[in-house]
Amino acid sequence: MSNNIPADLKYTKSHEWVRQAHGEAPNGTLEVGITDHAQSALGDLVFVEVPDVGRSLSAGEACAVVESVKAASDVYSPLAGKVVANNGALAGKPELLNEDPYGAGWLFRLEAGGASNAEGLMSASAYASFLAEESE
Amino acid sequence: MGLKTPLYDTHVLQGAKIVDFGGWDMPLHYGSQIEEHHAVRRDAGMFDVSHMCIVDLTGGQVREFLRFLLANDVGRLKTFGKALYSCMLLPSGGVIDDLIVYYMSETWYRMVVNAGTRDKDLAWIRRHALDFDVTVVERKELAMVAVQGPDARRKAAMLLKPEQQAAVLELKPFFGAPFGAWFVARTGYTGEDGFEIMIPAAEAAAAWNRLLEQGVKPAGLGARDTLRLEAGMNLYGNDMDENFHPLESGLAWTVAFEPNDRDFIGREALIRAQRESGRELVGLLLEDRGVLRGHQKVLVAGSVSGNTGEVTSGTFSPTLNRSIALARVPKTSQPAVQVDIRGKLHAARIVKPPFVRHGKALIDIS
Repeated sequence: MSNNIPADLKYTKSHEWVRQAHGEAPNGTLEVGITDHAQSALGDLVFVEVPDVGRSLSAGEACAVVESVKAASDVYSPLAGKVVANNGALAGKPELLNEDPYGAGWLFRLEAGGASNAEGLMSASAYASFLAEESE
Repeated sequence: MGLKTPLYDTHVLQGAKIVDFGGWDMPLHYGSQIEEHHAVRRDAGMFDVSHMCIVDLTGGQVREFLRFLLANDVGRLKTFGKALYSCMLLPSGGVIDDLIVYYMSETWYRMVVNAGTRDKDLAWIRRHALDFDVTVVERKELAMVAVQGPDARRKAAMLLKPEQQAAVLELKPFFGAPFGAWFVARTGYTGEDGFEIMIPAAEAAAAWNRLLEQGVKPAGLGARDTLRLEAGMNLYGNDMDENFHPLESGLAWTVAFEPNDRDFIGREALIRAQRESGRELVGLLLEDRGVLRGHQKVLVAGSVSGNTGEVTSGTFSPTLNRSIALARVPKTSQPAVQVDIRGKLHAARIVKPPFVRHGKALIDIS
């Protein structure tokens, strides 16, 4: 089972990751994707539906769908905010999510409403412990 | 912990992701389901299908018994080794199971039924066999490996002794033959050429590993499902079950109404159903992006027997790069339909399965 958990990201119990200000994303923007563990558990991804730009999301709202050959799974927004970008490349190449879940396989970017801190999210080490408990 | 086939430890060693399948611990994939799928379409892959149930029926009245038990007619089998695909029906016409039966000799037929239906199948067969001179023996000591793909037969033949290889390569489609304690049949569930090989359990792992050395790729239940769906083959429990009869399950071709004087279980119900059945099992090609899945609603137009059907099996087709499905819908002359995927309607088109055979697309995907 793949288990790459980058130390600089925050995580949810539903296996999303959150990155603050990365690459071309402006400061204050959060990038969201699904973890290596999640992509590995899903298997080969064949279809990804990302939220439209401009959509307002509440924390925990189902906002994207990732489908593997075997099943469809919802992705939940880790935080409240407004979608400012989505990863259009996934439409033609959903396998990016398997190949590079923390990079080219990102799903969408959020402008968090108000204080954009990621309290309530797990650190890398907490997520690793959570996965270990889950697999017991 | 579930039931394990004689190849379970081999799968684990080879990196299989194991899942529960009808009480059995089976490989879902060994890394990438899609790569396994392509290996079968382009070269050769192998599946452990030892969970399936092999039943030998012997005795002076075995032919008479099977002509009563099965909706297809074993009377059509004229040559030893020839296989027949059939449904076993309830008196209501509902499908108890689908199976393959091999004509081994005048007094011996071999049947392969699904793993998930084993208990009820054996109970049904044994109950009806009481009225005939027939003995029913499950062959639990046999493992079974399906080797499938354009290069599968050549690679699998290497498993046999040199003097047996020519004979196994001469097997015609839908024929099987014993080779010592083995039984090799040119059958499968993928739409590709290949063999299904029954092997004594103790020899199974060695045979599997020799196939691996020949470059045959281990493939799991995931690829098996996408391959069979591309091939337009039904899966018991999804595309047919006891609530539906073969005529509304795309299996009319497997029901032998002729000769008229052959009585078989379910015959009367099917004759009635011939007159009234308003539903049929069709293929669907999704025109939009997305993935068709079982139980999604299908909206049809132009039918007198309702406007709602249901997807029975759906998936993403790795060969076509499109989503395909089997669906049970009211009979209609209009191929344009809509499918409800998570509350949104998506355009799809009724097509005639199979979608793919022998590596080639058989439907227009433009």
